[in-house]
Amino acid sequence: MSQTPTPSQVDWRTLAQTLFPQGQQISGKDHFLSGTAQVDGRTVTVVGTTAHTPIGIEIALAQASVILQTVREHPGRPIVILVDTQGQRLRHRDEMLGINSYMAHLGKCVELARRQGHRVIGLVYDQALSGGFITSGLIADACYALPDATIRVMGLPAMARITKVPEERLTELARSNPVFAPGPENYLRMGGVAEIWHDDLAQALSAALTTDDSADNRAAVGLERGGRKWAQRVIQAVANDVPLNG
Amino acid sequence: METLNFRFEQGRRRLKAAPELVGVVSSGNLEVLIENVDLKGACAIEIKTAARGFGAIWEAVVGDFQQRWQLADARISINDMGATPAVVSLRLDQAVEAMVEEGA
Amino acid sequence: MSASYLEATARERILALLDAGSFNELLPPAQRVVSPHLGQLDAPVSFDDGVTIGEGLLGGRPVMAAAQEGGFMGGAVGEVHGAKLVGLIKRAIRKQVAGVVLLLETGGVRLHEANAGLIAVSEVMRAVLEARAAGIPVIVLVGGANGCFGGMGIVARCANTVIMSEEGRLAMSGPEVIETANGVEEFDSRDRALVWRTTGGKHRYLIGDCQQLVGDDTEAFRQAAMDALTALAQSGAPELTLAALESEQEMLRRRIATFGHAEDPMDIWAELGVERPETVPMLEAAAFTAMAQGLRIPFKA
Repeated sequence: MSQTPTPSQVDWRTLAQTLFPQGQQISGKDHFLSGTAQVDGRTVTVVGTTAHTPIGIEIALAQASVILQTVREHPGRPIVILVDTQGQRLRHRDEMLGINSYMAHLGKCVELARRQGHRVIGLVYDQALSGGFITSGLIADACYALPDATIRVMGLPAMARITKVPEERLTELARSNPVFAPGPENYLRMGGVAEIWHDDLAQALSAALTTDDSADNRAAVGLERGGRKWAQRVIQAVANDVPLNG
Repeated sequence: METLNFRFEQGRRRLKAAPELVGVVSSGNLEVLIENVDLKGACAIEIKTAARGFGAIWEAVVGDFQQRWQLADARISINDMGATPAVVSLRLDQAVEAMVEEGA
Repeated sequence: MSASYLEATARERILALLDAGSFNELLPPAQRVVSPHLGQLDAPVSFDDGVTIGEGLLGGRPVMAAAQEGGFMGGAVGEVHGAKLVGLIKRAIRKQVAGVVLLLETGGVRLHEANAGLIAVSEVMRAVLEARAAGIPVIVLVGGANGCFGGMGIVARCANTVIMSEEGRLAMSGPEVIETANGVEEFDSRDRALVWRTTGGKHRYLIGDCQQLVGDDTEAFRQAAMDALTALAQSGAPELTLAALESEQEMLRRRIATFGHAEDPMDIWAELGVERPETVPMLEAAAFTAMAQGLRIPFKA
């Protein structure tokens, strides 16, 4: 499942300037981003990754540390997660040390922030693959994406190998079916991405940060937009005894 | 995937009210859902199978099954992933054994 | 009544877990709520989409329970499967039951449903965290042949408790995936002993990722789940707090500092003070647990 790295489309510094015209103090070290920025006259925490870096135990822990620091020292401060990753790091050492626990810890820290009243949003600005996406964009209150972002579970050739479905068939399905097609439009239709940001990124960010709702409504959105016709209905049937019709 | 349907009229043995499920849709295996349904005494069997072209064998297995049990008002639904006739017969029998009313 | 948990089907496991006669299945197979996506890939469906869910009693306490069927699509999570888990957890919150017991056996995201599966796993994760915030404990059991991998390996560590057998495995990426990506030198997926040293129940127990290690026995899993539920009922299921997460942060930081240089999990066991770590795989659950006492990193969720 080795991925041919696509060259970085987005320079994070340029992105940061566009996102935060009021100013930003973000530093990048070993493809790990952290710092602060100003939006609508207040400070937000910024954390994330760059250069399609894989998320291993160290980066997961470093991201968690930033989240915890924000909760500890800055009540109510919004958190912006900038996502660019090729997924979880695929190394024996990470599995031996329990990378699933490090990822879970990061997810729990985001949940804590949310419960304590911090708005947490994710922006996929370049790549978001597989497990790396689960504990970044997908654990936030809402996840947004740039139009040229790459979002997917796995490349089609690898998927074909593992599922034993011919690659041609997957490619054909990918053309029309949001379930298989990579890309932010499909995640948008399925409710995984709340909005795709074109044009004025700073404005879009400002609007995203003022939205109040942190409950997970992605299944309902997926039904509304037609990308996932069953998830919400099954959830309602099981949770609230709402009859499934047909 | 191939779908096959069989129907046998005038069965004799009745089933209990609540449905049962046996088996798992794993490689070389199948699941059998068996339900008590008003079919005017018939037994209807629908098979969805990943292995195409075995219609004659299914017909034989299902025919033997009906000879054995002669179910009435029974709907049997199968999801099959390439089970052998022996495994199919086994699961069908297990399904019925889970369903047969006392003293029937 | 003793039976191998490993060999049992999901249905058999959930019936063995709960008090006799107490299980009431939700969305049972007769309702035929199957995958809407598998058909177009010419793949067979399963009437319960590979997960059995429902309500029941565990030691007299009302719980919701779910068991993934490892035999169907490797237990992997698709749109309907994931929604059943999310709905179950939300139902548990609404009904304020004593807990949710998840019998996980899964490769993670069901690739045949790609994007829908990925979003579904993250929704399960959010739901588990929502349950914790609502004071409903979540107990995870891992003991099936396929282990608990992928995004569901993350979900498992969001729960209040993880109970494993030696046969169970808990991790994120499977060894084959790692070998394909980075070579056999990185991880020889056919070295079963290495795979189990790295991801199996005993290793997870020793490094603090598993609360209890039981034998491959449905009765042992049931007893362990009951004990966990009782303990959580008495202490009150811990919410996520800043203090608790800072403590976890420190534990995870220390894990890297202390064991980050280890070449093999046995080096970690030796570092923990296990005498003759090469004998660990041979010990029965009770003997292993006794040996590990005072040596292992305690589990905290």
